[in-house]
Amino acid sequence: MRDVYSRAGNAADPPFLSPDYKSTVLRSPRKPLITIPQTISEITGPIYGHSDVKPEEADLTAQHAGEPLGERIIVTGRVLDERGAPVPDTLIEIWQCNAAGRYIHHVDQHPAPLDPNFTGAGRVVTDADGRYQYVTIKPGAYPWRNHHNAWRPAHIHLSLFGPSFLTRLVTQMYFPGDPLFHQDPIFNSVPDPKARERMVCRFDLEATRPEWALGYRFDIVLRGRDATPMDTDHA
Amino acid sequence: MPERTPSQTVGPYLHIGLTQGAYGAPEIFGPVVAAPGMPGTHVRIEGRVLDGEGAAVPDALIELWQADHEGRYAHPADGRPLASNSFRGFGRCPTDKDGVFRFDTVKPGQVPGPNGTMQAPHINVGVFARGMVKRAFTRIYFPGEPGNASDPILALVPSERRATLIAKADPARPGLLRFDIRLQGADETVFFDA
Repeated sequence: MRDVYSRAGNAADPPFLSPDYKSTVLRSPRKPLITIPQTISEITGPIYGHSDVKPEEADLTAQHAGEPLGERIIVTGRVLDERGAPVPDTLIEIWQCNAAGRYIHHVDQHPAPLDPNFTGAGRVVTDADGRYQYVTIKPGAYPWRNHHNAWRPAHIHLSLFGPSFLTRLVTQMYFPGDPLFHQDPIFNSVPDPKARERMVCRFDLEATRPEWALGYRFDIVLRGRDATPMDTDHA
Repeated sequence: MPERTPSQTVGPYLHIGLTQGAYGAPEIFGPVVAAPGMPGTHVRIEGRVLDGEGAAVPDALIELWQADHEGRYAHPADGRPLASNSFRGFGRCPTDKDGVFRFDTVKPGQVPGPNGTMQAPHINVGVFARGMVKRAFTRIYFPGEPGNASDPILALVPSERRATLIAKADPARPGLLRFDIRLQGADETVFFDA
């Protein structure tokens, strides 16, 4: 049975055991993964789209009575597959801390202020060309206890489905030139430096709205169909 | 050609983005895969996520993807009509402080496998957590199911590890199946690469 989705691109992902990120030590599967064919259970997957999400969920600055503090930004880009084809009508879930580096989550005890005007959650669905855009505030850096003086670089969490169970991706988007990259074991859990760069958005003057907000561009690439043409199968 | 965006962990604050109903947004999916009126045999699937020391993982998230009771997926790659238009086949549940997750669903039917085979009823499972840099993929199979013996995917799993993939019935609680997920250790759950 021939693969529908390429496997080669998975090499971009971090290994389960990434010991510098200490929580992986007891939470990483250690036995060999069992390689299986891609059956109908894998090449299908959940479909959630425009009918499930309201357009205003793509503005994380407009969920409360007032505007959140911080630097307002526009994040835009395309969701593509590894063959460059757009991934249309796919759900993106978004979460982040506020401008001070504090999450609304009860587990977060960082002594930085919560912002009553910022939850830090949003959703957006790509259009027919795979394009998406959301408005938020730039998240702050924050400390964590992985090692002495550990700080997370500013990042936005993103969750995507794509067209099948196999295209599911949860990642983090980082900002260009962050001085904290070198000491962050989560960013560096991705072994290939070029692959790490694919998690960093770029400033884009075209996406910037004059006298309102800076624009950042971030394309997200999901697993794509295998390069071998399926329609030669009968030969 | 563009290259894959790498995976990153969901982190400890996953609930903000992945269970948005808890933060004031409309809930679009949750632990109920099949509401009570849905045709099929209803089951509750309950389990714990455990780490390499057997400790509960309270910040994991489990996702299910399954066919309906007649073995049909709510997806164009399946193409066969579903018994109920409201069946979407997807569920999501975060673990609680004891590492427990719970889903209400129906037992899926058999679905086609490779080379003309049939797969035994099963549910695809995605496991995310703080400390997991990418999703782990496993499957739930059903106890006492005659098709398990000829299932083409179970056949690829060393026989001594197959039991980790088969849910356990609890005679004291009819309709309940237990499925624990052990991320590590001697009885580590089988995880797949597809």
